[in-house]
Amino acid sequence: MKQSVAVNKSEELKVAGMLKTLLFKINFTLPRLDGKGLARNLLIPVVSIILFIVLWHFGAKALFTIEADYKIQKALTEQGQVAADLTQACIDSGDISCQPNTLPSPAQVWASFNTLIADHKVISADKLAFREKTAAINEKRIAQGKEPITYTGRPSFVDQIFTSLKTVFAGFVLAFLIAVPIGVIIGLSKTLRNSFNWLIQIFKPVSPVVWLLLVFMIVKTMTKDSNQDSAFIISFISVGLCAMWATLVNTAMGVSSVDKDYINVAKVLKLGPLQKVFKVILPSSLPLIFTGLRITLSVAWMVLIAIELLAQSPGLGSFVWEEFQNGANDSNSKIIVAMFVIGIIGFLLDRIMLIIQNTVSFNKNATA
Amino acid sequence: MQVEETVEKKYHQNGIFYPSEKVMLDLRDLKKIYPTPKGDYVVLEHLNLQILKEEFVTIIGHSGCGKTTMLSMIAGLNVISGGNISVLGNPIKGPGPDRGVIFQAPSLMPWMTALQNVMLGVNRVFPHATKGQRKDIAKYYLQKVGLELAFNKKAAELSQGEQQRVGIARAFAIKPKVLLLDEPFGMLDSLTRGELQDILIEIWNKEKITAVMITHDVDEAIFLADRVVMMTSGPRAKIGDVLEIAFERPRSRKAVLDHDDYYKYRKHLIDFLEH
Ligand SMILES: Nc1ncnc2c1ncn2[C@@H]1O[C@H](COP(=O)(O)OP(=O)(O)OP(=O)(O)O)[C@@H](O)[C@H]1O
Ligand SMILES: [Mg+2]
Repeated sequence: MKQSVAVNKSEELKVAGMLKTLLFKINFTLPRLDGKGLARNLLIPVVSIILFIVLWHFGAKALFTIEADYKIQKALTEQGQVAADLTQACIDSGDISCQPNTLPSPAQVWASFNTLIADHKVISADKLAFREKTAAINEKRIAQGKEPITYTGRPSFVDQIFTSLKTVFAGFVLAFLIAVPIGVIIGLSKTLRNSFNWLIQIFKPVSPVVWLLLVFMIVKTMTKDSNQDSAFIISFISVGLCAMWATLVNTAMGVSSVDKDYINVAKVLKLGPLQKVFKVILPSSLPLIFTGLRITLSVAWMVLIAIELLAQSPGLGSFVWEEFQNGANDSNSKIIVAMFVIGIIGFLLDRIMLIIQNTVSFNKNATA
Repeated sequence: MQVEETVEKKYHQNGIFYPSEKVMLDLRDLKKIYPTPKGDYVVLEHLNLQILKEEFVTIIGHSGCGKTTMLSMIAGLNVISGGNISVLGNPIKGPGPDRGVIFQAPSLMPWMTALQNVMLGVNRVFPHATKGQRKDIAKYYLQKVGLELAFNKKAAELSQGEQQRVGIARAFAIKPKVLLLDEPFGMLDSLTRGELQDILIEIWNKEKITAVMITHDVDEAIFLADRVVMMTSGPRAKIGDVLEIAFERPRSRKAVLDHDDYYKYRKHLIDFLEH
């Protein structure tokens, strides 16, 4: 037990260190703040955020009033004055049972955010307790060659985030492994490029839903006899297939449009085909490959939510869907919390890719 | 009388013919056609030129006459439409490390250091040398071009002049028999250009290789060359005239400029270009 805690600690430290360098690098890319720059780069964004929240607040209030009036009116026409008065009183009292269902206000969303965090704390405490309780039994079970007992409780919002990240990462890796090699091969040969072009043009615009269904048909059959986590497999493969096209196209373009001078140098120096690819062609197409990978990652994150929602695989997408179906009083504001989290994570992922792109490619000025 | 006439005729039609044991590069009846939507464009036709071992030849001609076309054909980077090119009597088959090229743009791999750029060729040409030996070769030539302090600088971080120095080091480091240069100093300021000319001549002299260099600069053409080759204007360009430069080597810029013959040579070239 002690040991595992220690491991956790060092792990945490590692993550903290990584975060720190990351923040440092992000900071590094921020524009310098001096005088006028301060106003432009700090003040204006802050003001715009405040403005956004204020507009949202009043907008939500207006929608709330419309919905409430409608509710009272309905009670009046259907059940008479007494019912209408009761509804009015109920709404005014703030009782959750009769609140109109509409766009939540910023305050409600903030409250839901806190609820979700508190919920996460409860669940992780619960998990920890479960692990402690079953530690001894599980050890015995493993010794006997049986499967250990695992926690099967409801995942918290934070758990869902990590599930989504895991899925998107797996999908991204899949896209990378498929798209980069194929892109390089297609890029090297004009004949292949011409003959594969129509295929790419046809598959590129196919909607995530169709990919999901296609993958579903195949994976369902293939995983029939195993107790693998097929929802995860289906969603990450679909994500990868949806998102890989940008990388494929950009890699092929980068490889096929290497500066003629470099190719001539390679010819004059009589570099072998492998050396030519690894020393000349790939490095010089890295900027375009990374542009493709950045697009791939953001597309992957975007379609992931839709795919999880459809595939019923755990993650932020299914969180949104469940909340929507749930229709509980604070469901709407939880959905909005998820929306912000999705947006912020998408933004961070893009930043990380940009930083990697800037460190690996010789062209130091990739733009945001 | 009879004999002299045929020699005279050959000179005008085909350039001069030298005994084969002295010849490094032999262009015979060379022809180049670029297909265009409006029909074939014949850039070069009946082009004959022999370049001797250890000779420095500069080539001048009007812009667009086909100098780069000719040089890239010698380098093996451009297909030959007719006639042939041989190195030491052997017809060329594509590019090869026996013919080093220095391009107008330095064409270094910007993601590699100066040393790695030079090593790229060295690794290929001396596969049996140890890594240390190969590094020493690359470093030697980088020192020769005055870049001993920039071995590990990324090519993208070097100035134009420094990049072209690396280009020179890279070309010499693969120990070519022939060095082909296409306006290598065209983009540099005159001070840097003078420095690099000196470096080029010094290494060329030491390595005893053959050099063919295109230039737009008449003074550069005279200062560097044993012979200046003048190409006629295209289409169907060929060798129009060849001028021997008899100055002794090593040459100093000042001595060359002060020499009486210098202005005769200069006038000859300018008359050719302006006629
Ligand atoms: N790939 C090509 N296809 C068609 N025409 C070409 C091609 N390359 C060159 N040309 C034409 O051939 C002619 C000779 O070109 P080249 O580049 O050899 O001239 P150049 O003498 O090197 O000129 P400059 O002194 O300006 O460098 C030009 O008229 C050019 O337009
Ligand atoms: Mg040219």
